[in-house]
Amino acid sequence: MKHLLDTASLSRNDAIAILDIAEEMALVSEREVKKLPVLRGRTVVNLFFEDSTRTRLSFEAAAKRLSADVLNFSAKGSSVSKGESLQDTIQTISAMGADAIVVRHSGAGTAHRLAHTGWIDVPVVNAGDGTHEHPTQALLDAFTLRRALAGVPASGPVAGGPRGQGLDGAKVAIVGDVLHSRVARSNVHLLSGLGADVHLIAPATLLPWGVEDWPVTVHYDFDAALSAEDFAAVMMLRVQHERMHESFFPNAREYARLWGLSAARLEKLPAETFIMHPGPMNRGFEISAAAADSPRALVLDQVENGVSVRMAVLYRLLTGQEETND
Amino acid sequence: MTDYLIRGADVLGRGAADIAVRDGRIVEPELLDPDATEIVDAAGLVALPGLVDMHTHLREPGKEDAETVLTGSRSAAAGGFTCVHAMANTAPVADTAGVVEQVHRLGRSAGFTEVVPVGAVTIGLEGRQLAELGAMARSAARVRMFSDDGICVSDPLLMRRALEYVKTFDGIIAQHAQEPRLTEGAQMNESAVSAELGLPGWPAVAEESIIARDVLLAEHVGSRLHICHVSTAGSVDLIRWAKARGVAVTAEVTPHHLMLTDELVRTFDPVYKVNPPLRTDVDVTALRKALADGTIDVVGTDHAPHTAEHKCSEWTAAAMGMVGMESALSIVVAAMADYDFGFGDVARVMSTAPARITGASGHGSLEIGASANIVLVDPSAAHTIDPAAHATKGRNNPFAGVEVTAQVTDTFFYGHRVLAAGALTTPHPAGATWTDH
Amino acid sequence: MTQRTVLDAPDISRAITRIAHEIIESNKGSEDLVLLGIPRRGVPLAHRLAEAIAAIEGRPEAASELAGSLDITMYRDDLRGGSYRAPEPTSIPSSGIDAKTVVLVDDVLFSGRTIRAGLDALADFGRPARVRLAVLVDRGHRDLPIRADHVGKNLPTSSSERVNVSLAEIDGSDAVTISGGRE
Repeated sequence: MKHLLDTASLSRNDAIAILDIAEEMALVSEREVKKLPVLRGRTVVNLFFEDSTRTRLSFEAAAKRLSADVLNFSAKGSSVSKGESLQDTIQTISAMGADAIVVRHSGAGTAHRLAHTGWIDVPVVNAGDGTHEHPTQALLDAFTLRRALAGVPASGPVAGGPRGQGLDGAKVAIVGDVLHSRVARSNVHLLSGLGADVHLIAPATLLPWGVEDWPVTVHYDFDAALSAEDFAAVMMLRVQHERMHESFFPNAREYARLWGLSAARLEKLPAETFIMHPGPMNRGFEISAAAADSPRALVLDQVENGVSVRMAVLYRLLTGQEETND
Repeated sequence: MTDYLIRGADVLGRGAADIAVRDGRIVEPELLDPDATEIVDAAGLVALPGLVDMHTHLREPGKEDAETVLTGSRSAAAGGFTCVHAMANTAPVADTAGVVEQVHRLGRSAGFTEVVPVGAVTIGLEGRQLAELGAMARSAARVRMFSDDGICVSDPLLMRRALEYVKTFDGIIAQHAQEPRLTEGAQMNESAVSAELGLPGWPAVAEESIIARDVLLAEHVGSRLHICHVSTAGSVDLIRWAKARGVAVTAEVTPHHLMLTDELVRTFDPVYKVNPPLRTDVDVTALRKALADGTIDVVGTDHAPHTAEHKCSEWTAAAMGMVGMESALSIVVAAMADYDFGFGDVARVMSTAPARITGASGHGSLEIGASANIVLVDPSAAHTIDPAAHATKGRNNPFAGVEVTAQVTDTFFYGHRVLAAGALTTPHPAGATWTDH
Repeated sequence: MTQRTVLDAPDISRAITRIAHEIIESNKGSEDLVLLGIPRRGVPLAHRLAEAIAAIEGRPEAASELAGSLDITMYRDDLRGGSYRAPEPTSIPSSGIDAKTVVLVDDVLFSGRTIRAGLDALADFGRPARVRLAVLVDRGHRDLPIRADHVGKNLPTSSSERVNVSLAEIDGSDAVTISGGRE
């Protein structure tokens, strides 16, 4: 495994291996020294063409807990609009000595392009590319869900974490703007690859063309889906404000009424159904305050697990060693 | 000027014959003076009338770093094209007699191919007001084909007016069929691949709805309509239906839409980014069938050179377009290999039909008395396409590394051998006066 | 490839019993003692030693409190090359390691690099009063100034030979063999 660009090409075994390493990483927080020396002397560059303080901080914390040096480079907007090509940008950064590049970009495929054009020869981690994929988000979602379904604390150090397991048989609903969601795409591939039964719930305008060929069950009607299925977890997607004016749905009120996780729908959920959201949440729109603050909500666990999962990814990509007799 | 005897070429794939060229025309061989004639041994080669491209972007004026009329003309000659139609989306736009005459003049002084400017339909390609179509038609450039190519003439009333207006001088409107609202922000074909890659999709219906509208408009006003770069199976059905009704519509397909599919976008390599986008296997098959059965009349290259900085970028920031004049014939032969499609058919779709549609009277014929615009093709010269060796400035050829068999070896341009055994030679010695139209 | 057995199951059992007695003697009992096995084969050895010590001390129920594991993967000095290796679990007995006598347990002592990494790892979990090293086999060829306090068998080898330790918990049976080498 040289890069982490998407979950579509991530094997079940590789995914479980990353989740298992993340379990080890979560244990670091209870040590006397909450840091591992494993990436000492190595440099991780966070190359963010699109603002995302949350994701950048999570990657930064992960790299630092592994003792790596971190360089943050933010270049909002496309590289061409700055008059500097992507190639020049990446080669400049590479010349400063990067051992791995974490890239976030508004255009689908940019991480893939950095990994495969031969401009640089270091591992590339996709931290979100347009509406394509956000693999570390899906991995932290899977990690959180695997913990929650095993009945152990959903975040924090757990000595007997659910290592080696997938999400076999778990029924997971992903609700909302699937069309524009890299989180949804990454989760569809990863969760179904881990054996989960993935359901998408959205108006047809917010589902990708040809979704009927995806390995998922599609529902247009949230209430009908909730009464027909026993979901282990319901993952609400963020709806961007700019969608309100593009006729994907009539208005925010109707969207919230039909596809929001309202207090009333929260009441109807089985007591053991977990609630997830990749954040940041639009409270009162796709998710009610009652749902967001419910004890069944895993939203903060997801954020906390993000660091462990990203440590696992960096460890997985930046280390390798011979078998020795010692 | 040197006279030539092209000896033993397989003429149009119908059998070996000699072709005599004297003073820029095809003549009876006995009219040649044996002492002043150069013999071209064409045994094993196929002779076709010089190719005519209805769809070329030469970028001059305005984007000379991407291509000039001279480099584009050399590229045309290397690809066997003796006539190219230069699209209007230059800077300034070719929407006045002055600009089209400039392009025309640049083509004449380049002297490697006949450069026929295409006039813009609307001022500045803005789709609001008709450009001076009559003035361009009456200019020295004698423009007959008009197109806002790159942009669709989406206003139905403006399209109707344009179709009617060019009847005055037997002109033709070449439509870039792309419904603008349905393709806002579009980055690739809307398909299972776009859904997975998260790239905004470009639905087939955005092309087909404009074609449906325009064939009905052309029928209603009795005008000639040409559909540029048809890319979908649904478009083929609509054109077939319109032709059956007697609508004066002609259609074009590019070499790349005959060969490549949107699966290539998975590489995120912008060399595969093009407008209209690469479609699916089903579309490629429908386009090949339509070219074989005549529903699609011509192959146009849509040769669109871009500088490296517009392609060495992320997919979403990259420019759309591919170069292709120098690989066009090889690719068409390869794409049509499974069909009953001989070199006579290649001549029909790449020379005779485009010459007829555009009124390029000096091209499309190997008859005695015709202007000596001739291309020789080696049908079994297996080689690998190498864009770095091409004469165009554009390196954005999507066929790099592809193995093909047919290869253009010689191009005779109004009797002058501008390409000899695969190597470009000199411009036509008559300069700006090789022919009187 | 030739392979010869240098320790069989009864030999290994006797070696563990002997080392257990040595540890009790040098620690003056099993108070404040923690045995940390280095994955993978150091871990079952640490548990066997803990059971032997607890039995000798007459309180077999204390065995599970004496032993744990210490993964050194993240502390290796050769992480950049070769293929990646998944980390193994670390489990420290609940009483911790501060002010304890920690005995690191491994199957083979060779270059000493694993033990160097183990000492680094240990420092991130706390501050033991002293650290000792117990190994089943010491085959020589040290790269670092490290020596074992308790050794099951000193085994002169050539550096091209390979020492293979099998333990019932992992491999189904107990044996130490030597293979390879130029003969």
